Amino acid sequence: MTSGIEIVLSVRNICKSFGAKRILTDCSMDVKRGEMKVLIGPSGAGKSTFLHSINCLVPPDSGDILLEGRPLDRSNKKALCAFRMQVGMIFQDFNLFDHLSARENVAIALRKVRGMGRDAAAHRADEELARVGLARQAALYPAQLSGGQKQRVAIARALAMDPKVILLDEPTSALDPELVGEVLSVIRDLAADGMTMIMATHQMDFARALASEILFMEKGRIIERGTPEALLADGSGTRTRDFCTRLLDMGAQAGHD
Amino acid sequence: MHSLLTVIDALPAMLAGTLVTVSNVFISLAMGLLLGIPLALAQVYGSRPLRAMVGLYVWFFRGVPILVLLFLCYGLFISLGLPAESFAISCLVLGCTSTAYQSQIFRGAIESLPQGQLKAARALGMDDRTGICSIILPQALRLSIPGWANEYSILLKDSAICFVLGTQDIMARTSFAAARTHEHLALYAAAGAVYFVLTLAVLKLLGRLERKVQIPGYTAIGVEPEGMEARS
Repeated sequence: MTSGIEIVLSVRNICKSFGAKRILTDCSMDVKRGEMKVLIGPSGAGKSTFLHSINCLVPPDSGDILLEGRPLDRSNKKALCAFRMQVGMIFQDFNLFDHLSARENVAIALRKVRGMGRDAAAHRADEELARVGLARQAALYPAQLSGGQKQRVAIARALAMDPKVILLDEPTSALDPELVGEVLSVIRDLAADGMTMIMATHQMDFARALASEILFMEKGRIIERGTPEALLADGSGTRTRDFCTRLLDMGAQAGHD
Repeated sequence: MHSLLTVIDALPAMLAGTLVTVSNVFISLAMGLLLGIPLALAQVYGSRPLRAMVGLYVWFFRGVPILVLLFLCYGLFISLGLPAESFAISCLVLGCTSTAYQSQIFRGAIESLPQGQLKAARALGMDDRTGICSIILPQALRLSIPGWANEYSILLKDSAICFVLGTQDIMARTSFAAARTHEHLALYAAAGAVYFVLTLAVLKLLGRLERKVQIPGYTAIGVEPEGMEARS
């Protein structure tokens, strides 16, 4: 357990179908402490479903999930809640609790799940909000925050639970372009602090700079995996490289409009 | 002048009747609130048989007129050998009916919330009970206030029909006075005014409550423009 290559989260052979439609086929990965895994691939590839199935918000049909070597018993509700508490989740559309201020959004799970007192929870919430640069917005409600600020509150809310790993489902996709930077910079800080993360994204520059490993998904399968250098090198001939080139081309075209 | 005196004469009895009407409506609304919320939750989150049972209940009480229910319940009490006390039967029938309607107000409010709210609660490790109590209901109940105010005003006026069982409410006292004095116009105008004032006063109170618990940044039409992220 003391070695540097300790595996925090292990996901094995996850399969999921909705009716007759196969969404995920044998998706597996081992995430080591401090790693940042980046899922990329065309929309509909199953990235989001894969992330949701890891913490059973979309329960997988089959497969195993192990947190620090302990297998998760999905049928045990208590165990599932305890597992989710240790696995943070950031959603594409934030999902802040609309009736609670930023501070209460962060504090509520501390109180209701971890059983902290009101004052201690509020204090911890303020710390986490300061960490994402929102100390002054603590009393504001979601409807009073910008998209970038909402997503940073969501990150603070996940961080407050002291998660062992955080799942990020396209955290910047619902944001206006000028707000993407502030959220990415928070995630960059987390990576620098050694937070273990799995992130689905279309931000290729970001993935290239920070990913320990890129996993390329298509039609519900992980079809390529490797370091950004290996997958994105000129002439590597990978599907990942091909996909990224097309993304960049589209970006360049949009830039000319 | 004579009609005014008749009204003044009848006023103490009508005010006593007002107390009966208010108690009847208050008890029925409270019963509807207490039972309507769990019914709504059962209908949204419950198993298929549970949802079907709630659906059946709602279907019955929305489908049968209150007047019929009153006589039906009266007959039931008699045949079961229970004391057929008119006030209790009125409260029971109005309460059961209001439960059906209120459950649909709450169900609509719960279903109008984004799916992501409960998802986010679960992702933080909350069990469904905590998620529903701490995240879903506080939002859904706020959204229910306008519909609930509507239910109050309807129930208050529906309660007038309970006089057929002999409940000594505003309507019963007025009709008694009218039969005695033949001053129908003045007396029923006064009775209408009492109902009107009762409606208005409580709607005002509920409007105030709605503003008091309003979520900052939200308005009746959704989100304030300045609170929304700029969309190009």
